[in-house]
Amino acid sequence: MSKQSTGHTTGAGAAGNDILVKITDLHFSRGSHKIFDGLSMEIPRRGVTAIMGPSGTGKTTLLKLIGGQLKPDAGKVEVDGQNIHRLKTGQLYDLRKRMGMLFQSGALLTDLTVFENIAYPLREHTKVDENLLRELVLMKLNAVGLRGAAQLMPSELSGGMARRVAMARAIALDPMMIMYDEPFTGQDPISMGVLVTLIEQLNAALNICSIVVSHDVQETMSIADYVHIISNGKVIESGTADELNHSQSEWTKQFIEGLADGPVPFHYPAPPLMDDLYEMPGFEQANATSQASIHGSSNASSPNQLFKG
Amino acid sequence: MLSVFQKTGHKTLSIFQRLGRANIFLLQILAGVGSLLVRPGLLIRQMYSVGVQTLIIVVVAGLFVGMVMALQSYYALVDFGAEDSVGVMVALSLLRELAPVVTGLLFAGRAGSALTAEIGLMKATEQLSGMEMMAVNPLQRVIAPRFFAGVLTMPMLATIFSAVGVLGAYLVAVVLLGLDYGPFWSQPQAKVDLYLDIYNGVIKSVVFGVLATWIAVFEGYDCIPTSEGLGQATTRTVVHSSLAILFMDFVLTAVMFSK
Repeated sequence: MSKQSTGHTTGAGAAGNDILVKITDLHFSRGSHKIFDGLSMEIPRRGVTAIMGPSGTGKTTLLKLIGGQLKPDAGKVEVDGQNIHRLKTGQLYDLRKRMGMLFQSGALLTDLTVFENIAYPLREHTKVDENLLRELVLMKLNAVGLRGAAQLMPSELSGGMARRVAMARAIALDPMMIMYDEPFTGQDPISMGVLVTLIEQLNAALNICSIVVSHDVQETMSIADYVHIISNGKVIESGTADELNHSQSEWTKQFIEGLADGPVPFHYPAPPLMDDLYEMPGFEQANATSQASIHGSSNASSPNQLFKG
Repeated sequence: MLSVFQKTGHKTLSIFQRLGRANIFLLQILAGVGSLLVRPGLLIRQMYSVGVQTLIIVVVAGLFVGMVMALQSYYALVDFGAEDSVGVMVALSLLRELAPVVTGLLFAGRAGSALTAEIGLMKATEQLSGMEMMAVNPLQRVIAPRFFAGVLTMPMLATIFSAVGVLGAYLVAVVLLGLDYGPFWSQPQAKVDLYLDIYNGVIKSVVFGVLATWIAVFEGYDCIPTSEGLGQATTRTVVHSSLAILFMDFVLTAVMFSK
């Protein structure tokens, strides 16, 4: 399933002009919750780069930082050599015209048809006449297999179709990079297969940079040329899919093999079980037998142990 | 005790932070007026959505308010033999107070809550983020047309409210109660002042339009993008708009009609 190494230069070792996105010592917090704590990463100008990690590690936040929708507390995000958070609004919007983004929900404009959704960025940023615009839109739709759905409203599309339309919209302005935010989440196997193939084919056909943020390990690693795994606000391991499959890191093994317990604990940090249970009102009146029974499971550290207790 | 001060301080700070955000937000909307001149279609579409769809409730409310005003005025004035003044009393009440205020409250409940829900839902479904990533400023394309549509339609709706209210009063006073239609129409013509009554009423409705629409679009844009957050934002829109309209009505009345 996993794609073998393509001989593609790793982000960290690539020459400067081969790097499209360079993130240096990124710090970002939401309230008191620290999301990134000195994260550094390089993403090459060509190929599919996957950013993976468990839910809640800030993968989507990272895409928003790359796209300039969020500002970091410290650190630098450079896209095509420009520090995106130092740009003026006009410059930022000029740069975004060369970036496409596929949101998890599709983010289609619900009051416009599929055709008008694809035409939207073209109408906003170009002055092509209606005939050429129609041809361009139909070509983009054909590329994702939805030319026949041009006149449907977004509410009439399935989740997979909505993401394919969003994909067509993302490539409408022929961008230098496309960011995919959880493209496979909630998809049936057929839709997932279609999306995997489309991401791979579009990237190959357009020869651009695709950044796929996902926690669907098999699907993502099957198309990724290079993978970064993030957790606890940092990149914990990077490499090709093949390299990560043979990683000796306990953390990487747990993530790739989907193990319930390991370096990422099953239990959310909490005081010992018995301390919590004894705080319950009326617990003192409970009979000794049930206390003894509960006591047996108080040191459970894995789900199996807990359920057996 | 300390925690009470802490909570009060935190709450006060967050209120001022929100006020600051709302003011910056308003300035950003006003900066988007240029894009509306280039694309007037965006504004016209929203004027239809905000204005025409509020029209029915405004017409029905105006009719009944005018009818009730005529009845109450008649019962009060007939004891003094001054029932011929029903027309002018209703007209002045509507133009100076009731039309701008009641229209503002109805607007906040009907159009304001709909604006908050629509913008909040666009935020929750990442449509606004999607526009930003397409290098399209949602403040100019989504928010500004809705804001200016609200500001422009409010005085129109208040004017219609007044006109229908006077018609309702006519139905009750002249058709039902049998008052003479001559004084009913002539007294307002003589007593209603263009500047003091009509213009001031229009100014009030513009101010209420700004307040109600500003609060509605800000609450939608600033809401927590969840179903609960959206519900809270919609409620806040109606409550805050209504209170702001009533408070500003007092301030404007004190300024406009003081002697």
